[in-house]
Amino acid sequence: MAQINVKVNGRAVSKQVEDRTLLVEFLRETLGLTGTHVGCDTGQCGACVVHLDGRAVKSCTMIAAQASGSEITTIEGLAKGDELHPMQAAFHRHHALQCGFCTPGMIMTAVDLLRRIPHPDEATIRANLDGNLCRCTGYHNIVKAIAAVAESGAGV
Amino acid sequence: MAHDGIGARLPRKEDRRFITGAGNYTDDIVVRNAAHAEFVRSPHAHARILRIDVSAALRAPGVIGVLTGAELADDKVGGLICGWMIHSKDGSPMRAAPYAPLARDVVRYVGNPVAIVVAETKNEARDAAELVEVEYEELASVVDPAAAQAPGAPQIHAEAPGNTIYQWALGDKGAVDRAFAGAAHRVEVDLINNRLVPNAIEPRAATAIYDRAEGRFTLYTTSQNPHVTRLVLSAFVGLAPEHKLRVVAPDVGGGFWSKIFIYPEETVCLWAARRLGVPVKWAADRRESFLADAHGRDHVTHAEMAFDASHKIVGLRVKTIANLGAYMSTFSSSVPTYLYATLLSGQYDIPAIYAEVDAVYTNTTPVDAYRGAGRPEATYVVERLMDIAARRLRIDAAEIRRKNFIRSFPHQTPVIMNYDTGDYEASLNAALSAARYAEFPARRAEARSRGKLRGIGLSCYIEACGLAPSQAVGSLGGGVGLWESAEVRVNPVGTIEVLTGSHSHGQGHETTFAQLVAERFGVPTDQVSIIHGDTDKVQFGMGTYGSRSAAVGMSAVNKALERVEAKARRIAAHLMEAAESDVELKGGEFVVAGTDKKIAFANVALAAYTAHNLPPGTEPGLKEGAFYDPVNFTFPAGTYVCEVEVDPKTGAVEIVQFTAADDFGTIVNPMIVEGQVHGGLAQGIGQALLEGCRYDRDSGQLVTATFMDYAMPRARDLVSFNVSTTATPCKTNPLGIKGCGEAGAIGSPAAVINAIANAIGVERIEMPATAQRVWETCRAAQAAVAAQ
Ligand code: FES
Ligand code: FES
Repeated sequence: MAQINVKVNGRAVSKQVEDRTLLVEFLRETLGLTGTHVGCDTGQCGACVVHLDGRAVKSCTMIAAQASGSEITTIEGLAKGDELHPMQAAFHRHHALQCGFCTPGMIMTAVDLLRRIPHPDEATIRANLDGNLCRCTGYHNIVKAIAAVAESGAGV
Repeated sequence: MAHDGIGARLPRKEDRRFITGAGNYTDDIVVRNAAHAEFVRSPHAHARILRIDVSAALRAPGVIGVLTGAELADDKVGGLICGWMIHSKDGSPMRAAPYAPLARDVVRYVGNPVAIVVAETKNEARDAAELVEVEYEELASVVDPAAAQAPGAPQIHAEAPGNTIYQWALGDKGAVDRAFAGAAHRVEVDLINNRLVPNAIEPRAATAIYDRAEGRFTLYTTSQNPHVTRLVLSAFVGLAPEHKLRVVAPDVGGGFWSKIFIYPEETVCLWAARRLGVPVKWAADRRESFLADAHGRDHVTHAEMAFDASHKIVGLRVKTIANLGAYMSTFSSSVPTYLYATLLSGQYDIPAIYAEVDAVYTNTTPVDAYRGAGRPEATYVVERLMDIAARRLRIDAAEIRRKNFIRSFPHQTPVIMNYDTGDYEASLNAALSAARYAEFPARRAEARSRGKLRGIGLSCYIEACGLAPSQAVGSLGGGVGLWESAEVRVNPVGTIEVLTGSHSHGQGHETTFAQLVAERFGVPTDQVSIIHGDTDKVQFGMGTYGSRSAAVGMSAVNKALERVEAKARRIAAHLMEAAESDVELKGGEFVVAGTDKKIAFANVALAAYTAHNLPPGTEPGLKEGAFYDPVNFTFPAGTYVCEVEVDPKTGAVEIVQFTAADDFGTIVNPMIVEGQVHGGLAQGIGQALLEGCRYDRDSGQLVTATFMDYAMPRARDLVSFNVSTTATPCKTNPLGIKGCGEAGAIGSPAAVINAIANAIGVERIEMPATAQRVWETCRAAQAAVAAQ
């Protein structure tokens, strides 16, 4: 068993889990944070993206024990109470989601993208979404939503 | 008050839960004491099962049970069904073989489920599944549909000699033969419509619960049509009578038809929950999605088109072999027949059409409908032929289409369909001007100066949506009626609940259906709830696929709303002491024409429930239901224009512009409709450029079984789309809606391939047009030019 001590969405948690537990399993099954999704088994879809010490990571490609000692933000921790993060608000306003399954990972990736590159052009946005699959939207409105946040300067 | 009725670009009501991580998908649902299932699947494409030894697995930690096809047979659990009877042209019924949820004697594709292991945790179930020993005797396999019919091909089911399920035909062969004999020009093409994997990003999942005290099952599942799932599991598989089976499809992460079908895994989980006495939870991993979700397309086609001297089409002849995989999935038989050949007239006035379709078994995952379902295959045939004809006859690709458009409606095609309305010239013109078609030669010249080959391609598609008039479907072999149901419940305070048999898995019904209510009663959409996806709440429904929710589902809601309005009007008239005929509903109030008397809709609702002062003979309450059965299909149509640049040195294809002009009739929420088009286009472009499901010819192994091997369209493969609409409202439903969910996937593959062929200057290139294929085609084209 592995001892996991992390701060998740601002709350300190300590749990014992089986050694092989993935970070995404720890979040979804141990902590019940089911906003983080699993869409593949090869690290290709990005449905599982969370922030680990402020950077986007695929929580399916990390053992939970590797994250011990870190601060994690999941989609559930992005809004400030009832006030949506600007990226969440932009996804809503620009219809950047349909079934919503890729959405948590997509939003977490998009927030990280603007942290790294505050003013990307369309090609840069598209290139930086390479690790995230969406089967519903054709990415058109996702790109639009991210560009709108970048333009407003509210991304970070 | 902001306008949020029909036509409003209203942001979606359902978004909040999805953007905050509060969605409730099947795998998110926690059931106390649930055990976890793992399936043992065949590693072979075709093999006899000699022995299954589960003893080691049973002894593994945490294991609750291991069940095989033998126990399934002991419990008399029925096989899975294909719900559409097709008759061959000789009159014989299709040769459907039994489809057991767990294979017992023979496995017929890689991934065929053989056993289920149920354990306390997911990892324990996985570990124990490794310990199930299955001894196989390998048999020769066949994966290619044409090879499956060849003499000496491995025989997959005894019921289907030569692996042929049916040999079906539609149209007048004699008329077509005569048209070809007298034609001035003939063109022909051989095409492969590549096999695709639907890949909704949420994998399939199920949690099955059996309540021993009540003898009642609950199945949470990733379904597009929970009522049909319940019907099939009750009536055919025989697991529980309908009133003892509740099927809940909560938030569902995309479907594209793949979550319609009644699959082995969900069925087995339900049975295992009763047999083992624990709730059973299963969630597919992506590898299982590739192996076990029904695939799409997979047609091999030869097609010929004949023209008269003035370039009018006089005949079309099509021969298709459709691969249905190892077993016949739920709707599989209807896809290459009534959803395909009936659309071969496209947007054109074609006097004679004859189509022959052979459906075959192969040692591959079952094939069924996937976004567009038959109609993309039909459009691809017709629109590739039109392009090749334009090239051979040396006329403009737009002109040859324009010349052949159907211009008067209703129009009866030679292949069953009766188009009610349309204006194909309008969408063609809209697309050409948005795409700046006339200025294309200058863009091509400029690209050439950079060493790039620029090409433009058109596709004028038509589809039949609004599935479907029940009687027509029944007469063609369909096992179900394709109406929809709705119930509208007005609460005493005037808020409204709409129960619908449609199912939203991304389409935004919670918003658009509420807009319909807002339009009629003037209540804000946030006072309207849309309830769907639970057989305990909604009485019945046929679910969502085939772009049917707006055209059929909303028509049912509309009918129920009409009934509510009629009763409310009667009560309002009584309360205002006016004649019913003088009472109008305006902006959420009933008003007496020509007076200042009025009463708010909410107050009428309250009066209906207090029942202190109702018109004589009126029952209390305000709630009405309706069933709506369409009288015809609807016929969305449009023109897509794709512009590409090909790098002849690398074969890389860049889509530089993609223009869509669609006619969906009435549009309830343009923002959502545009989103549907974007998503469909991405799937169609994915088919044309990237996606191709491959089996190894010798071993029958699925070679593309992960996202690393199967190329899904990513953001950088696509562009921002240039979409617009024109409208000829549908004449056969009350709202004038045609449906928009599949158009993008139907119309776009031909536009992309036509553009690439145009860029390189060739007639033929197969999908997916990967860089390697394009590079080889460029090289061959250059060699041909050099040889001249
Ligand atoms: S689940 Fe992590 S990348 Fe797909
Ligand atoms: S919204 Fe469905 S996968 Fe992206």
